[in-house]
Amino acid sequence: MQKNFLCSLDQFQKLLDLIKNDGYKLLGPTIQNDVIIYDELQSAQDLPIGWMDEQDPGHYRLKRRSDQAYFGYNLGPHSWKKYLFPPREKLFSVRKQENGLTIFEECEPPIEKMAFIGARACEIQALLVQDRVFINKVATYKQYQKRRENLFIMAVNCTRAVNTCFCVSMDAGPEVTQGYDLALTEIINDQEHYFVLAIGSEKGKSFCDALNLEFARDEQCNAAKDLVEKNREQMVRHVDNEHVHDLLSKSWNCKRWDKVAERCINCANCTLVCPTCFCSDSEDEVSLDGSQSERWQSWDSCFNLSHSFIHGGPIRQSAKSRYRQWLTHKFGTWWDQFDVSGCVGCGRCITWCPVGIDVTEELQELKDEVDQNNR
Amino acid sequence: MVPNRYRVKSNTQNTHDTFTLVLDPVEEPIAPFLPGQFNMLYLFGFGEIPLSISSTPSPNNELVHTIRVVGPVTQGMQKLNPGDEIGVRGPFGSVWPLSELKENILIITGGSGFVPLRPVLLTLAARKEEVKDVTLLYGARTPSDILYAQDIEEWEKSGIHVEISVDRPDETWKGNVGVITGLIHKCIGDPQNTRVYICGPEIMIKFALIEIMHSAIPENEIFLSMERNMKCATGFCGHCQYGPYFVCKDGPVFSFEKVKNWFNIKEL
Amino acid sequence: MKSIKTIADILNEHSFFEGLSQEEIQFIAGCGKNVMFHEGQVIAEPGDPADLFYLIREGKVALSIAVPPREPFLFQTFGQKDLVGLSWLIPPYLWTVKVHAVSLTRAIAFDGACIRKKCDEDTNLGYKLLQHIIKILVLREEASRLHLLDVYGEHQ
Repeated sequence: MQKNFLCSLDQFQKLLDLIKNDGYKLLGPTIQNDVIIYDELQSAQDLPIGWMDEQDPGHYRLKRRSDQAYFGYNLGPHSWKKYLFPPREKLFSVRKQENGLTIFEECEPPIEKMAFIGARACEIQALLVQDRVFINKVATYKQYQKRRENLFIMAVNCTRAVNTCFCVSMDAGPEVTQGYDLALTEIINDQEHYFVLAIGSEKGKSFCDALNLEFARDEQCNAAKDLVEKNREQMVRHVDNEHVHDLLSKSWNCKRWDKVAERCINCANCTLVCPTCFCSDSEDEVSLDGSQSERWQSWDSCFNLSHSFIHGGPIRQSAKSRYRQWLTHKFGTWWDQFDVSGCVGCGRCITWCPVGIDVTEELQELKDEVDQNNR
Repeated sequence: MVPNRYRVKSNTQNTHDTFTLVLDPVEEPIAPFLPGQFNMLYLFGFGEIPLSISSTPSPNNELVHTIRVVGPVTQGMQKLNPGDEIGVRGPFGSVWPLSELKENILIITGGSGFVPLRPVLLTLAARKEEVKDVTLLYGARTPSDILYAQDIEEWEKSGIHVEISVDRPDETWKGNVGVITGLIHKCIGDPQNTRVYICGPEIMIKFALIEIMHSAIPENEIFLSMERNMKCATGFCGHCQYGPYFVCKDGPVFSFEKVKNWFNIKEL
Repeated sequence: MKSIKTIADILNEHSFFEGLSQEEIQFIAGCGKNVMFHEGQVIAEPGDPADLFYLIREGKVALSIAVPPREPFLFQTFGQKDLVGLSWLIPPYLWTVKVHAVSLTRAIAFDGACIRKKCDEDTNLGYKLLQHIIKILVLREEASRLHLLDVYGEHQ
């Protein structure tokens, strides 16, 4: 059995210092504009200490906790993908010389070492999903791969869930089981406040060794385990992940799509907050004097009309077809493409949908309709 | 992936809206390609578009692209002169099955769908002894839109049966008039030993498939080339998704067997 | 030397007459005769009595509509094994289009009036033929739609 370590609040700060001094940029949750988003951390004090979030379809509020927990909240609208797969990235530049020759220059930005502080299990699963998208036998997104190789992950086990979480259904949490360098579980009560820490890599171990941490006692380890176990039962929403691919393959003509299309405003919020969505667009930006051009890649969404545009018009003209594309891809055809689900149950799409569309509800309604049709 | 530099060797006008560029590599040529594949052609100041390769590999690494003018990039390309440079990324995509051939080959195409099939016909004309019968059914809008007239003459000489049908004839036209799909049922003599290659507007492919389904040609011997919005050509940008497939890497050539469950889903 | 086929032989090989008994085939063959048209020869004009319909054996015929003052609009060609002429089925039994031979054409001309009369008497035969005719009509209707879509044209 893997030994866990005890980490006090002081030691936690020292850990952050060690990581930072090793050249890593600390990135983690902070509060800005009444929302928890990811940004650079100077110290543990930048974390949303003592805050928690309340989430429902189309609803997000921050509220004060009665304690000073460092990680007593769940996820905000940002996912880690913005650091590995930036919203805008220059791919290459082109110069047109006077003799007509074109010079192409591939863009190779300096690779920053990044440390994700407080990554949750579902988010790590999302990174593993995007790895399959961007690093495969057909092609590799080189900049993504380099950033990924230079990434340090200090994960946090979720000891609470909000109403929109459903990671348990998607086999993506709440416990962090893979893809991390260090994993912390926060124990906080009237008497004490500390972290139980698990090591997931040589790199993680090297920082712990430098701090000379004590082993956590059995009851501390068990307390940590219990909190995470209890959290599993807190999940309010569920998806039948085992049968959802099959369900969606029979759902193409369901009337439910028309119903959800009446509400969906194609704002693309869900794709922006989703940690696995990977669609992008590319554009050539030409200088005013016409001598240079840059190819820029930017986030795109299948909800945009231009996404499926071929000469003559978009294939997916109706709002219904675009919502259907997103949901059937995320939970269905993603399996065929990458042998894994596209959804990690983080619930962001439910919280941040301005009209409160709930994917778990949509899937249930589709199942009911398909069952009804088959009767 | 940065484009390879290519230079325009020639630019020939085929019809009122279609022209052919012959390109030579300036430095490194692209990797070897096979019939059915496409390149992303980049025109400085305009942008980049997917274009089928309309030639078979040549020892001097020449690339041939027949291009229809449909927007600003193709308009810009139409004005290219010999010596101008163009960027090429590629080759991408799946290939027409040509390593083993069936006794009878039926090629059904229309409009600019003919372009990705030209390399197939060039290959078949060179391997005529391996097949019994090759028939080309080609639909065009008007007689003046017919592409590759010279190639067609050569292919007929080599024994390939060619039937062209136009939607609207002119005064001199003595050939078929009407949709090309109307001729399909007459060209299937031995369905069990026939393979079909189809490329053209999707609605034309749908009608062709309806005709072919009346025969006993096996579903895994029917191949079609699909078209979707291809941007990155490497399966990252997600634009070309067609059900579970990325047209840029799982296609553009698909066997009907693979896509039959997806073909009739509206707005897929 | 090519062996000479009888009209009945040809009908037996043609899918339009599938399912007919030999007796029925013989009857219909008896209503048919071999004809030949030279290149450019007019076979029917709009308004002509549609007593005959044709099964093309070789060659090509074209259907067109006059749209004065414009040039006549040629909208369809038919070739080997195609059935040309359906106006013999419905009153007033008149051709609605112009038909002419695009090249030297050999065909079998059938006496539509005779076959119609036989079908009135023998409704089984009538039903069998009608099933084949409906199939042709449906396929031609579908082809017309595809034709109308102008799929190779420019689309904004």
